Amino acid sequence: MKKPIISVRNLVAKFGENTILKNISVDIYPQEVTVILGGSGCGKTTLIKNILKLYQPFSGSVKIFDKEVTSIDEQEFDDILSRIGMLFQNGALLNSLSIFDNVAIPLEQHTKLSKNVIEKMIKVKLDLVNLSHAIHMMPAELSGGMRKRAALARAIALDPDILICDEPSAGLDPLTSASLDELILKLKNLLNMTIVIVTHELASIHRIADRILFIDNGRLIFDGTLDEAKKTDIPEVKTFFEVGTF
Amino acid sequence: MELREQSLFFEGELTKQTVPALNNEFLKHIDQMISTIDLQQVSKIDSAGIAFVDEILLQLELNPDDSLSMNEMVRTAYDTFTSAELKSISKEKKLDFFTQIGSSSVNFIISVRDGIYLIADISYWSFVGIFDKRGQRKGSVIQQALFIGVDALGIIALLSMILGLILALQSAAQLRQFGANIFVADLMAVSMVTEMGPILTAIILAGRSGSSIASEIATMQVTEEIDALKMMAINPIRYVVVPKFHAITICIPLLVTASTLIGIFGGLIIAVTYLDLSATVFIDRVFEVLTLRDAIIGLGKSYFFAWVIVIIGSYYGFNVKGGAEGVGKVTTQAVVASIFWVIILDAINSLIFYFNV
Ligand SMILES: Nc1ncnc2c1ncn2[C@@H]1O[C@H](COP(=O)(O)OP(=O)(O)OP(=O)(O)O)[C@@H](O)[C@H]1O
Ligand SMILES: [Mg+2]
Repeated sequence: MKKPIISVRNLVAKFGENTILKNISVDIYPQEVTVILGGSGCGKTTLIKNILKLYQPFSGSVKIFDKEVTSIDEQEFDDILSRIGMLFQNGALLNSLSIFDNVAIPLEQHTKLSKNVIEKMIKVKLDLVNLSHAIHMMPAELSGGMRKRAALARAIALDPDILICDEPSAGLDPLTSASLDELILKLKNLLNMTIVIVTHELASIHRIADRILFIDNGRLIFDGTLDEAKKTDIPEVKTFFEVGTF
Repeated sequence: MELREQSLFFEGELTKQTVPALNNEFLKHIDQMISTIDLQQVSKIDSAGIAFVDEILLQLELNPDDSLSMNEMVRTAYDTFTSAELKSISKEKKLDFFTQIGSSSVNFIISVRDGIYLIADISYWSFVGIFDKRGQRKGSVIQQALFIGVDALGIIALLSMILGLILALQSAAQLRQFGANIFVADLMAVSMVTEMGPILTAIILAGRSGSSIASEIATMQVTEEIDALKMMAINPIRYVVVPKFHAITICIPLLVTASTLIGIFGGLIIAVTYLDLSATVFIDRVFEVLTLRDAIIGLGKSYFFAWVIVIIGSYYGFNVKGGAEGVGKVTTQAVVASIFWVIILDAINSLIFYFNV
């Protein structure tokens, strides 16, 4: 049995009086692609942000790389963060910087690599997401899907151990979306990356998922492999795989 | 890393953590004869490692196909992460001097043209909007008037009072020497009514309302709200700008009047406490000096100041480029430009009405 790389226990998340996550416990295993599913507004983004301490969990424990992050000091948490790449649901590129500089930020902040090497890495990462031509553009000059891809390039700039993607393929055409899936599998195999993805694309789930987590109404109602998910009798999960969309 | 018979030999990890040190080591060997790079014993490599290898190849002017020796794992990583085949995309080239002059003059002409269109649009819809409230939200004029007028009254009153005190105090010192105490009333009345009241109010409004108009419209532009309004067949100028235009038109004469009266009252305080004048004498003198013409010119020009503030705020707001940063930029530009144009208009006004050859 592998040791989990992220381990969440009894997590409760609230916005004011509104409880979004009710007592969630999940494990995410290294070198697997874990897909988080659930209807819109069920709390997938909230779960991710609570794990990464972008929101303070109301109660419960979160361990990343075996360290309890809810009570960790800032220095140590920064070290953890430099090993995690996050693709936000709306991209979250820094608007005042060009695409090149956006991807350069993590490299300049967290490594001592020389300028030439960094430049090469940026070019490669942008080429992997098919954005070489946009390297000197500003985020405002890109389409929604292009911004998403640029944000993915920024998320993988440091070859992180864990890559978290919040709906990477929303807003992309099926071909681009398929090539992103391929890229994700490549990264997983080449760099032994652990990947957590929120997505609704059934095709993409079939291609890449090792493990499925299904959240409904603030609770984790399914946790298992892709094959188990396809065969399960839990009604919500079943309809999802039958219908394919919400 | 070591050099074995013209071959640069690497073992262990070649990752973002180890590359900076390896690079320093490599620089020591750079003058030596190196013809191949041996990566057979590398146990882990990431994109930083590959970029480093590419950089070495580049510096040694070696060809990756015949100078790299790699194991299976490194080979797949290399194929994914190599930058050897990527052509470099240069930034836009610098324009030469004359092209720059040319394109900035064209830009200037375009912006003047856009500005004139906008002025025409705003004037037209503001006029139409007096009679026809379609395309505006109910109560938006009142809401804007509260924000532009009522909320600004406190700060305008405070600053006018201070300005009045300062003006009177500084001139009092001079006037006393000549025994011309009573003229402090002339000075306060004329300066507050024709100049200080309108300009002080306009500058405060430019700072408060000009910036908020520009940033509100710019944010709406950036977040596609303006496009959404257009798609609902709502004219953004009617919906967003006209209520502000009406509100500021209602508020400005009241604010200027308040500012003027409070400023003169500041003068009155100095006159009574410092210059031994009685309040009635001061007030009588004020009304004696003031002409209706001065009052009308003072109020009249303040309307133009107010309209300039709304128009410039909208102009910069609608012409925002980029995202959040763009909003900040146009807000600053709008405030600077509105203060500039307020003062220019003021100068023009003085030339027209007070320049007697
Ligand atoms: N900043 C916030 N303040 C208050 N409530 C919030 C906030 N962010 C999210 N919520 C609420 O939390 C719930 C879960 O939101 P979340 O963004 O996690 O959904 P999601 O599962 O990611 O949905 P989607 O698939 O649409 O992105 C929603 O009901 C939302 O109303
Ligand atoms: Mg979400």
